[in-house]
Amino acid sequence: MSAPDERRGTAPGGGRFRVWEKGSGPRVGYFAGLLGLPRWLPFLDALARTRRVVAPSLPGTPGGADWEDLDSHLDWALASGDAWFGAGLDGADLIGASAGGALAAEVAALWPRSVRRLVLIGPLGLFEPSDPISDVFAQRPGAYAPLVSNRPAEVEAYVRADSNDANEVVEWDIAQQRTRNAAARYLWPLGDTRVRRRLPRITCPTLIIWGDDDRVMSRAYATRFAEAIAGEVKITLIAGAGHMADFDQPQAVAEAVEAFLAR
Amino acid sequence: MKICWFHLMPYTELPEDFKEKHPGVWVEVDSSLFDPARAHVMYNDFMDELEYAGAQGFDAICVNEHHSNGYGLMPSPNLIASSLARRTKDTMLCVMGNSLALYNPPIRVAEEFAMIDVISGGRMIAGFPVGTPMDTCYAYSQNPSLLRPRYYEAIDLIKRAWEEPKPFAYNGRFNQYRYVNIWPRPIQKPRPPVWVPGSGSVETWRMCAENDFVYAYLSYWGYKSGIQVMKGFWDEMKAMGVEPNPYHAGFLQAVGVAETRAEAVKLYAEPANYFYNRCLHLDPKFTQPPGYTSEATVRARLDSQIVKAAAQATLARPANAEMDNILEKGHVIIGSPDEVADQLREVAVNLNVGHLMLLLQFGNMSKEVTNYNTRLFAEKVMPQIHGLFDDKWEDHWWPKPMTAAERVAPMAIPA
Repeated sequence: MSAPDERRGTAPGGGRFRVWEKGSGPRVGYFAGLLGLPRWLPFLDALARTRRVVAPSLPGTPGGADWEDLDSHLDWALASGDAWFGAGLDGADLIGASAGGALAAEVAALWPRSVRRLVLIGPLGLFEPSDPISDVFAQRPGAYAPLVSNRPAEVEAYVRADSNDANEVVEWDIAQQRTRNAAARYLWPLGDTRVRRRLPRITCPTLIIWGDDDRVMSRAYATRFAEAIAGEVKITLIAGAGHMADFDQPQAVAEAVEAFLAR
Repeated sequence: MKICWFHLMPYTELPEDFKEKHPGVWVEVDSSLFDPARAHVMYNDFMDELEYAGAQGFDAICVNEHHSNGYGLMPSPNLIASSLARRTKDTMLCVMGNSLALYNPPIRVAEEFAMIDVISGGRMIAGFPVGTPMDTCYAYSQNPSLLRPRYYEAIDLIKRAWEEPKPFAYNGRFNQYRYVNIWPRPIQKPRPPVWVPGSGSVETWRMCAENDFVYAYLSYWGYKSGIQVMKGFWDEMKAMGVEPNPYHAGFLQAVGVAETRAEAVKLYAEPANYFYNRCLHLDPKFTQPPGYTSEATVRARLDSQIVKAAAQATLARPANAEMDNILEKGHVIIGSPDEVADQLREVAVNLNVGHLMLLLQFGNMSKEVTNYNTRLFAEKVMPQIHGLFDDKWEDHWWPKPMTAAERVAPMAIPA
């Protein structure tokens, strides 16, 4: 797996953020989940075989713009739009995973003509009291990775610093904490971003991908998204995958996404 | 030195196997363990104990705020304090305090504290805590990374609400009000003294210095773990050019006094064991909400050995707090009156703290034992340490009540 190209995107107001991209073909944007994108992922590498994969860092995530002043869901939706347009993705396909899925849905809803096709991988954003999602922000030590993934040891390695330099380790750890802090800002306390009322504005064809072993949210949430989105929606279950389906089963998810985007 | 009597109001009948059978005392604490009829007795016992302490000559009696918590039965300390205002005469009333970000609008705190100040004739000490993660982010679902910004804004708003003589408009990040004009106004001018309970955050130290608030280190882990934090606090004050007036600080300490040390161990071992092993049985999943600790404090903890040690001292909890450990580590100070006086003098001098906030009731200590502890302390310990610091320092952070002659007493109700 070779490193992606790196450049800077600019948001209105001057906020700068990291954009990673790789591959050739039609552009597809990627909004990462609760852990941000501290490293390039096998899933994105698989997609890059047929696509130009463009991953702008969302505010607060590694490489992302400042997030401390983003108070409301409107602020977060607009900042997500800034990442989308600032990375030059207007008119492209969009993939959002988990927390990034909630924000990808906002972009597709607010700028429906800007997103060609939408893929949501285990998106957060809804909360049904009779079918509560797990509290990803209240987990005992060591319990988070097994909750979100079927490959917990690899998740822990994914967010662990790989350096002998003490300062680099400190900066890395702070960046991972900041990612969680920022996600909690727009997801606290329930994970309900009120995106439900905006889903009918999504008119593009949409693929919803769900790990068949997702322990954060029940499969019924896929149906809830599907029923509220105005465009045509397909739901695909991924065998052997938890909440981080693209992390757990990168090849299977990449194949499902490629097939959907090629239509 | 000022000696304050602090009540947490713990539920005293958590079962013996609480630690083994239940994940924690907070947030998801098992409501089937709460018996309202028993709590009726507890509340009234606790208020008796506070009122008794006031009558025994303690400088202040203190209450605090917790939510969904088996060791703190005061979601609203203001309700308790207003009742204490009627049944006490000369002791100060310290509400330690209201977690400001939980009040919407925060001017509610300005109003209620002003009410208590007026009812009590100016005996109010206003405590402004950020609030624990469990209380604020989980029991009250406040957004962790917005808690401190909300807290700081609330402080600004409340101070102005007390101090500005005319109605004003407030346009903050979180609070927008066209008309701020509280009624009643506090007796104390320009406002009641503000004390801030903290746990070792650098930002809180600086904020206390900048606003002339008392910094009170409220840890349940006693003076040995407090040394690092208070050293960090005074180092920071020195760096900021603030004079080392011990009255700028407060410190919490659990104490049990008896005629002899052996008697003290006999009386206080069980309540201490109950407190440390049942009351402080926390579920770790609720202790670190993302964003509660600011990035500045995280960095300071990583960069500064002192602050790091303080953070560890605060967070570290004995896996199984045995009595020897509880005493040896100074979590609880127990002994004869002379032994306790010696240790508290050492604590006050070493930590340079002028406001001692004492837990003379802790865990499942009965009213009888609590009142014994209170009386013996007042009679035999307090006289030995009360004069400390007063030859050199003035307490600028103490209430300035109306004179005794100006204050009215509750009417005696005819039978």
